Amino acid sequence: MEGIESAAQVTLSLAASLATGRVLFLLIHILGVLCFAYIVAKRMVPLLRAERDFRFDHPLIRLGRVLKFWLGQWKHPRYKLAGILHVFIFAGFIVLAIRAFSVLIVGVSENFVMPGLSGRAGPIYDIITDYSATIVFLCMVIAVIRRLVFKPARYAVPARYGKAHTADAIFLLSLIAILMVADSLFAAARAAAQSQPGPSVETLAAFSLPWILQKALLSTALSTLGKLYFGAYLVHELTFYFLLCYRPFGIQFHVETSLFNIYFAKLDREILKPVRWGVNDEHLDQVKSFGVKTFEDFTWKHMLDFYSCADCGRCSDNCPATAVGRPLSPRFITIKARDYSFKRYPILGSTNNGETNNGAALIGSIYSADEIWSCTTCGACEEECPLLIEYIDKIVDLRRGMVDDGNVPQSLQKPLKALESRGNPYGKMEKKKADWANAKEFQQTCPVKTLGKNNSADTLYFVDSITSYDDRMQSIGRATAKILNHVGENFGILGAAERDSGHEVRRFGEETLFMALRDHNVDAIRASGVQRIVTADPHAYNALKHDYKDVPPVEHISQVIAREVKAGKIKFNPIENGNSVYTYHDPCYLGRHNQIYDDPRDVLDAIPGLKRVEMTRSRDRSFCCGGGGLMLFYEPKEDQRMGVQRVQMAAEAGANVIVTACPFCMVNIEDAIKVAGLEGKMTAIDLAELVDQQIARDVPI
Amino acid sequence: MEILVCARRVPDTSENEIQLNSAGNDIERDELVYSINEADNYAVEEALQIVARVGGNVTVATVGGEDDEEILRREMAMGANHGVLITDEAFRGSDGRGIASILKAFVQKGHYDLILTGIQAEDGGAQVGGMLAALLDYPFASLVNSIEILDGKKLKVSREIEGGNKEINEIDLPCVLSIQTGINEPRYVGMKGIRQVASLPIPTFGTSELGIPPGAVGEAAAKVKRVDYFVPALGKGAEILQGSREENIDKVLELVIAKGGLK
Repeated sequence: MEGIESAAQVTLSLAASLATGRVLFLLIHILGVLCFAYIVAKRMVPLLRAERDFRFDHPLIRLGRVLKFWLGQWKHPRYKLAGILHVFIFAGFIVLAIRAFSVLIVGVSENFVMPGLSGRAGPIYDIITDYSATIVFLCMVIAVIRRLVFKPARYAVPARYGKAHTADAIFLLSLIAILMVADSLFAAARAAAQSQPGPSVETLAAFSLPWILQKALLSTALSTLGKLYFGAYLVHELTFYFLLCYRPFGIQFHVETSLFNIYFAKLDREILKPVRWGVNDEHLDQVKSFGVKTFEDFTWKHMLDFYSCADCGRCSDNCPATAVGRPLSPRFITIKARDYSFKRYPILGSTNNGETNNGAALIGSIYSADEIWSCTTCGACEEECPLLIEYIDKIVDLRRGMVDDGNVPQSLQKPLKALESRGNPYGKMEKKKADWANAKEFQQTCPVKTLGKNNSADTLYFVDSITSYDDRMQSIGRATAKILNHVGENFGILGAAERDSGHEVRRFGEETLFMALRDHNVDAIRASGVQRIVTADPHAYNALKHDYKDVPPVEHISQVIAREVKAGKIKFNPIENGNSVYTYHDPCYLGRHNQIYDDPRDVLDAIPGLKRVEMTRSRDRSFCCGGGGLMLFYEPKEDQRMGVQRVQMAAEAGANVIVTACPFCMVNIEDAIKVAGLEGKMTAIDLAELVDQQIARDVPI
Repeated sequence: MEILVCARRVPDTSENEIQLNSAGNDIERDELVYSINEADNYAVEEALQIVARVGGNVTVATVGGEDDEEILRREMAMGANHGVLITDEAFRGSDGRGIASILKAFVQKGHYDLILTGIQAEDGGAQVGGMLAALLDYPFASLVNSIEILDGKKLKVSREIEGGNKEINEIDLPCVLSIQTGINEPRYVGMKGIRQVASLPIPTFGTSELGIPPGAVGEAAAKVKRVDYFVPALGKGAEILQGSREENIDKVLELVIAKGGLK
């Protein structure tokens, strides 16, 4: 060795070595930034041609959600390993972002120190970054091993959706690993060089990646270290810009877009997107085309959703339609749209050959009609998505487009026509709507008023079509009426004046018909003069609560029961059959869509002697029974019924009675019990029926 | 290709409870809901698909009253270019031949290459298509379940034969075809579509426009008259299962197996 130099001299010589590349580095900076700016500008083109979407309100609430879902990574730990890995990687990225910028600047201005990190904060920050780089590097190693060895099922790409995404994922993970190594090597080479003349000036965080590399480089010649220092910098810079410019081509674009995607995410998830933002109902007739037919009919936020998907597969992993082999996978609703967008709006060359009109119809090209009709709008995908990507609005918008084009399955046309002419999907006579309540024996024990000129009440029991007309579900109607009667509620029904709530009509894309049903019901409800509404049908509940305007407040019967149990107005006889084990199935439109999870459970737990178990999939991870309303008429292509999987889940939990709180769940679950061959071993009962059965009527209230 | 579809408004069998009136000569019509005769709807869809392939216009005509405008609008919302209401007090009570004569007079007022009817009206007798062809001296094919345009002058049509077989015919234009349901999948007509055609004019044609002499059609000229209408009494061999749904299902299965229908 040609004489040991002082630490200061070493630093100078390293700086000088880096300075030789100053012009090159500057060039890479400029090229990299320009390239990224160009790509982002190109990616913005479809967003600017997209439909409107009002997402600029409530900045504080939106910031709060950014803190929770973006910075706080709220949804991630729902998947333990992947979630925690991601939290670490995300935290690492946030920490390293500042370092990455200062390192980039060091290349062109050797003595640059990030403002705020010149004093004591500097070394502390350095230690944190050393560990961050190490953690991110280790996470990458684990992630690659997961992808290659453990291959979680949700990453698999079914053949009909194209090739596996594994190679791309590993390529990107490796690039990040390289970035971490280069970053650490840069610090290690510098520290190793400085430690040669004597006591080290810089201390690296013990056992961190830079620290290990530094130990390995301790006896390396200074000149080699200089080259390493230079090389590490170059690799870091090239990798950094390559990643920056490559990410907008695939799943890692979410690194850039997630912040915006979460900021602009829908605030009122329960409320369906209007047919067109900024056009109110009265002017809807002037809108020529309804819904999404071509890519440009999506709103800009929905396109941003497509860009933001990280391909994590959680949506489809929870999608009941995917689980039973229907031709729908929410993940690929997004991936296919993104691929289409990238093809239609290429980075190089002019956008779709200079066409100014919209592209081809999406149905029949990237999506099939069956795929879009397969969704039950249960909301499991949206509940899971860490990036708050919206699916229901897109599905409904695509359906609106199909309905507008007349592309509706024959099996749905009859019930829709019947809803138009008779106000219910079964085509039954309006005058028979109250038949369930008018049976003589029942009227004697529990009189139900039909509201009208001569009859008024405080509370309206909104029955809806299935409970009014279906023989089996009428029992839920009678149980509900008896409960209301028991607690002394002054209530009545609309009878023939009640039309279907239109909940599924709207979700199946027939907005105009929905509006007619809604307007009729709103008029009838207001004319009845009631103060509040109760329903035992979560779909009607959701419609009245979120789709209707200017109607009195609405409650689901489970809320009423829970309140009356607490108030002591409802007391229960103990369950007599000691062998019954109950489990509660959360209806999608009561649970996920309206967060009513506890009231039904509290009611069950108030019944003496009732043994209750939870299914693995419960509360916000409840598994859809198969869908309600018009979904009962649709004939999906599927390997198995959703309900069958659901009753098997109940059996696995050790239950032999499934309690639900929705007439559609009852249809699906009772059918499924038979299909699954569990007749005699499993039964289903509605919460209202169970309560009615167990109410202690002789106890004074 | 100029296509005329003759359509009719009928009580919708799936959305009504059909009951006899007290006089016993017709059904109770007070609370009925009506819609286009199902087979006619298939005919309109087929016409629209033909026009989409080879160009032209689709006209839908019905013989009836003001209430029947409803189905014309529905078919216009579906995509038909014109709706025509053929209406006159003098047409009331016409039999099948009378309706065919009225339609013949209307056809001769225009130039149609192809005339489609449904195979039969749900409350009718499957008469009008064939009679219209005969009155016009046009060739006729019934029970048509596919149409292919060969050139400007000929069609290749397939007819459904009892037992599910198919017969392929060539037929010269102009011609009359009666369309079997299932020939296509009719598109959905939503409320929005109907609203959008709500203000389009629907021309009406009566005896004077069509040049039909008074007394040639209508009740007086009808040679087929309905004298009774009844629900047939249950015959022997018909068994009505009176149990609960579950019991009935079991019973049906048992019977089907007993008769060798299921093995």
